[in-house]
Amino acid sequence: MYELAYSRPASLADALALLAEDEGAQAISGGQTLMPVLRARLAMPSRLVDLLKLPELAGIRAVDGGIEIGAATTHADVAASGEVRAVLPALADLAGGIGDPAIRHRGTIGGSIANNDPAACYPSALLALGASITTSQRILAAEDFFTGMFSTALEPGEIVTAVRFPACQRARYIKFRNPASRFALVGAFAAQLPSGTRIAITGGGHGVFRWREAEAHLDSGGTIDAITEDMLDLAHFTGDLHGSAEYRHHIAAVIVRRALTALA
Amino acid sequence: MTDMTLTVNGREHVVTVEDRTLLVHLLRDQLRLTGAHVGCDTSQCGACTVHVDGKAVKSCTMLAVQAQGCEILTIEGLAQGRELHPMQAAFHEHHGLQCGFCTPGMIMMALDIARRHPSPDAATVRAELEGNLCRCTGYHNIVKAVVAGAQRMGEPA
Ligand SMILES: Cc1cc2nc3c(=O)[nH]c(=O)nc-3n(C[C@H](O)[C@H](O)[C@H](O)COP(=O)(O)OP(=O)(O)OC[C@H]3O[C@@H](n4cnc5c(N)ncnc54)[C@H](O)[C@@H]3O)c2cc1C
Ligand code: FES
Ligand code: FES
Repeated sequence: MYELAYSRPASLADALALLAEDEGAQAISGGQTLMPVLRARLAMPSRLVDLLKLPELAGIRAVDGGIEIGAATTHADVAASGEVRAVLPALADLAGGIGDPAIRHRGTIGGSIANNDPAACYPSALLALGASITTSQRILAAEDFFTGMFSTALEPGEIVTAVRFPACQRARYIKFRNPASRFALVGAFAAQLPSGTRIAITGGGHGVFRWREAEAHLDSGGTIDAITEDMLDLAHFTGDLHGSAEYRHHIAAVIVRRALTALA
Repeated sequence: MTDMTLTVNGREHVVTVEDRTLLVHLLRDQLRLTGAHVGCDTSQCGACTVHVDGKAVKSCTMLAVQAQGCEILTIEGLAQGRELHPMQAAFHEHHGLQCGFCTPGMIMMALDIARRHPSPDAATVRAELEGNLCRCTGYHNIVKAVVAGAQRMGEPA
């Protein structure tokens, strides 16, 4: 690792000031993505600003019609939360399937969405459920937040403080797991919202996206069985040593049908 | 450099570390607790697993300064003198190790599993051990050891 300095600010305001005064400073939350990146010398921040213990980023709260999760909430705490399980069981299940127990004890929802790994689990839930993201500056719809692989609408120095989800009993995440990395080779989040069916796919390679053709098919009375990869643009998928684009494309349709069947 | 205090296996330590020092390197190189091993550089193998404030974490994936004020438990803190902890004894009895490189991490994760699942079945143990890799045993005896060790921990002494 390159040499760096570390700060643990006591408040969100102090964290924002630390990030603003030094262009090379970077936020760290659970560190379960950033630490391996630093160890591989793929990044060289001058200072790490630790968000994990910030009170403004803590806690899980019931809100009108849903639930709000502080950005520094760990995957383990979301998985074990009775409040989350009561209103959005699919999200508790998703969090409980990220990585392994040690990763879940430190990795956070804020870090996961700020990183927007194209194979990460959470972004598919936010996009499918139409979650909103509160930052130090503004409130963003998931639709506008995720802007491509490893890319988000966050400005430099902007901090995610919380994510707000609507309550939804009819939702399901299915992860087709890469057995080596434990990330999703492909993952699908399906939800039945009052406004209609929503399907988001992660792991394609270019970043999370909605499968609008399948959503429209179902909302106009089409059957689950009739959903095939022919309705899904192959251009959403890329290949790597773990699987070809065609393989991921095929698996995506299979797990979407499974997720939808589980909802029906 | 940062001066900091942390508790390791019940003993308070005051140390000076570079901010970039990993927790595993503080434990191994400065405190000479070499039970936690470094088996990878991608946070995937779990050989470095220790408990921070009661929860299993990968000590290679955390800075030492982040453990400021925390309670750390390592494999060295388990035995009472010459008497092995029940989970250690279970690994011994069930031949849960061969070369032993993964074992400290396996046992620290096993204790975390036992905390969350008081009498886990083999399938639960397998799922929970996903982040701990072993190149020798093929896992069968590790799973047996964790099931037995957790069972024994739940029995009155
Ligand atoms: C072995 C392994 C397996 C994994 N498996 C999975 C998996 O199956 N599914 C999955 O989804 N993920 C997986 N992960 C990633 C894991 O979920 C990470 O915890 C997560 O991606 C990042 O969260 P973090 O809190 O650790 O963020 P960090 O590593 O601390 O930060 C990640 C990035 O986000 C920025 N950041 C952090 N918090 C904020 C904030 N509040 N506001 C703005 N920017 C912020 C940081 O500056 C950094 O750029 C795995 C990781 C490992 C090592
Ligand atoms: S050395 Fe920590 S996970 Fe491999
Ligand atoms: S016993 Fe050799 S790595 Fe597990």
